[in-house]
Amino acid sequence: MSKHEKIEKNIGLMGVLIAVVISFAGIIEIAPLMSQASVVEPVPGLKPRNPLQLAGQNIYVSEGCYNCHSQQVRPFVDETLRYGHYSVAGESVYDRPFQWGSKRTGPDLARVGGRYSNEWHEIHLMDPRSVVPTSNMPGYPWLAETPVDVEQTVASMKTLKMLGHPYSDKEIADAAASLTDKTQLDALVAYLQNLGTAMPRSYQ
Amino acid sequence: MIDFNDKIVKQFTIATIFWGIVGMLVGVLIAAQLTWPALNFDIPWLTYSRLRPLHTNAVIFAFGGNALLGTSFYVAQRTCQVKLFSNSLASMVFWGYQLVIVGAALTLPFGFTQSKEYAELIWPLDVLLTVVWVLYAIVYFGTIATRTVKHIYVANWFYAAFIITIAVLHIVNNLAVPVNWHLSYPVFSGAVDALTQWWYGHNAVGFFLTAGFLGMMYYFVPKQAGRPVYSYRLSIVHFWALVSTYMWAGPHHLQYTSLPDWAQSLGMVFSLILLAPSWGGMINGMMTLSGAWDKLRSDPIIKMMIVALSFYGMSTFEGPMMSIKTVNALSHYTDWTIGHVHSGALGWVALMTMASMYSLVPRLWGRDGMYSTNLINVHFWIATLGIVLYIASMWIAGVMQGLMWREVDANGALVYSHVESIEATYPYYVIRLIGGLLFFVGILIQAYNTWKTIKGDKSESAVAGSAAGANA
Repeated sequence: MSKHEKIEKNIGLMGVLIAVVISFAGIIEIAPLMSQASVVEPVPGLKPRNPLQLAGQNIYVSEGCYNCHSQQVRPFVDETLRYGHYSVAGESVYDRPFQWGSKRTGPDLARVGGRYSNEWHEIHLMDPRSVVPTSNMPGYPWLAETPVDVEQTVASMKTLKMLGHPYSDKEIADAAASLTDKTQLDALVAYLQNLGTAMPRSYQ
Repeated sequence: MIDFNDKIVKQFTIATIFWGIVGMLVGVLIAAQLTWPALNFDIPWLTYSRLRPLHTNAVIFAFGGNALLGTSFYVAQRTCQVKLFSNSLASMVFWGYQLVIVGAALTLPFGFTQSKEYAELIWPLDVLLTVVWVLYAIVYFGTIATRTVKHIYVANWFYAAFIITIAVLHIVNNLAVPVNWHLSYPVFSGAVDALTQWWYGHNAVGFFLTAGFLGMMYYFVPKQAGRPVYSYRLSIVHFWALVSTYMWAGPHHLQYTSLPDWAQSLGMVFSLILLAPSWGGMINGMMTLSGAWDKLRSDPIIKMMIVALSFYGMSTFEGPMMSIKTVNALSHYTDWTIGHVHSGALGWVALMTMASMYSLVPRLWGRDGMYSTNLINVHFWIATLGIVLYIASMWIAGVMQGLMWREVDANGALVYSHVESIEATYPYYVIRLIGGLLFFVGILIQAYNTWKTIKGDKSESAVAGSAAGANA
């Protein structure tokens, strides 16, 4: 303990020691993930989101859907029964930021793609209680009245390409045209309908 | 006579109570929205999913943050027996920090967010916060470096660890490439982004809400009790154990996800180890009252501090337990997590802050004690009752949800749909709302008491002489 006096009398030394001891975890836990193939390589068939789905992802983030919905099916019998095949890391490599969530006030959405019709989603997003009477989800009626931000979506594709998402120049050039007359509601539904579809739905 | 800068501490103190009221009011509103979704009113900026991040950011960074910055300046000056390193820089820290908070309030409800929990602020605000934080570090460490006493008091070790670590966490977790003035994409994706986020998220708890508030505890508990810290040796051991262990525990937020197993298990092991240094702090704080236990009866501020330490001990037991994979399989994604967070946030962080403010305010404004000791007592009971209602209802709701989700019948089919678990939760959401409302009323009482104290009014009980006054 008397040796500790040295640290107690030298704020520089104390600061350096604190910085050293807090650094190990990040170096040992996070850094190796960046080169672990199962984590950084996409599952077969996974494509980066098309412009409409990407616009939908931006809306999903912006509206804060992650506050109540996870996108991560855990490898338990009940979850695979309820939601389908458990999630694997290779499905999330094009998710920036990741949307795994931490709370299921509403159900998991990792494999919601193709589970309901577009019409169901539209009605449900506008007024959840018209289809699920006891739901406590807020309505998002303004999505149907707001056009997607075309300029931002194109800029998003360019930034994501820079970060390694394999968009071709043609896809980026054609993006604006594919977004004309689309509302935020169209985009969000397109995003939801694509979720989890790269993997087989069932666990069998 | 040292020319202490108490003006800056007063500013932070008032900001603490002001933002506490705002953050808790938003909390009450979103709790009500979960119970009665009509309260979202179909208005975008009043919608739950946009307001929940405003609530978390306001109570953690605005209420908690102002309390930490203010008390760190107070404690550094007193324990180093030196004036603040730079008054003008300190003033920039105060106003810069308020600017970040106002920025958060003007962006989050309007859908400008990064969506990483407790790191939702958009990139321009992240940059501003980084600048403010560097200035804060200069003022704080400058004050420590120019101290006139040889030893650095233990409270400052914790504040130092808080300042350094939050800087590292904030920068790494917010590494992103901007698309336009408000949208950016993180450099990490998927599972790497997830672990980076929860390495950050867990240590926002570990260093912002724990180390920082332990710094506060190490000054204000001994001061209020009029006793020295229980064990110097324990301080050293639990400080270094806490600082070196906490950072490893992040992966416990990702148990059974597609994060590789080795990282999950590492997170669980370190979370279990973390119980020891956490309880080291609790024991050191509580035992500081040795020989002065009678103050639990006479001084409601001490009572609040000891209950805060009890909640700290309880939630740091609950946390490691919930990190055990089999427990986590049940608790994760349920309201149990929300209950756990609030036993730490209301029970430990908020009560310790409130008690420290009661201890600090009369000293700052040169009063003999708070305007009314009775009102402190009322605040204590109403807040404690609120916490108990909150966490008990969320425990029951969480365990119930976990059990309903996994229930399968004899044929192996699911018994409940998800929405049935929501229906079953409504009564508990009402109880939680009542608990939150009581806690909110508590801070309103504190605001009134503080206002009267600053004005210099005296109530009958204050004239009779409170324990706090005897200690000032």
